[in-house]
Amino acid sequence: MMKHSRRRFMRGLSVAVALAALPVRLMARATDAFRATKLEDANKALFGQLPLVESDAVNLKIPAIAENGAVVPVTVSTELEGVQAIYIMIDENPNPLSATFELGASSPADVSTRVKMGKSSMVRGLVKTRDQVFYAAQEVKVTIGGCGG
Amino acid sequence: MAADIKLRGKIKDGVAEIKSLMPHPMETGTRREESGDVVPAHYIEEVVCQHNGENVLRAEWGPSISKNPYFAFSVRNVSPGDIISVRWTDNLGESGSGELVLK
Repeated sequence: MMKHSRRRFMRGLSVAVALAALPVRLMARATDAFRATKLEDANKALFGQLPLVESDAVNLKIPAIAENGAVVPVTVSTELEGVQAIYIMIDENPNPLSATFELGASSPADVSTRVKMGKSSMVRGLVKTRDQVFYAAQEVKVTIGGCGG
Repeated sequence: MAADIKLRGKIKDGVAEIKSLMPHPMETGTRREESGDVVPAHYIEEVVCQHNGENVLRAEWGPSISKNPYFAFSVRNVSPGDIISVRWTDNLGESGSGELVLK
């Protein structure tokens, strides 16, 4: 009995230590979400049952027409408080999840990068607070697909 | 063999706007050579950004980030002389890094 509770204590301790180390490595790689081939599966792997709410508070800046799908500039930002992470998803790509950005407590929610798009698709910028996910979506027409290179 | 990250940044109202360029092939693993051989997947999986040695942002990427990735982000509560560093690791275990002293 003693042994059992000690083990449980140690297990609790290791969880506490792992939690304390969170700012250094916030989460393990979201492998399942990156491997998902459907948007719903990526969302489920990342957010579980959290509701996804479309919101004007999320700014998604991306061209409506991308001449070169290999290089499509995208910016996701928000003034919302308490944003823990930002995500970029491209519905029609083989794996919709393109990137995740986990923010430190004092980091502004504002990231920009360039993504590849195989064909015209809805692109989504998502931001996660402690208990909610907000997103903005925009259709992007691709003239020349960019997943070949 | 990893090329260094090019970093630029400027401070505006205590917030640093950082722009980075990371030379990297970002191969998806689906592209074929003219010979028909598939080019193996080779892409940056993780990017860690630090401000004076403290993690301020950690990104995970899939292969759909464009070749030679561009990545811009912001860091709050910065002063001239502060150090911003960025480090990437790819799916083959290679890494690259860059450092910037804010002016």
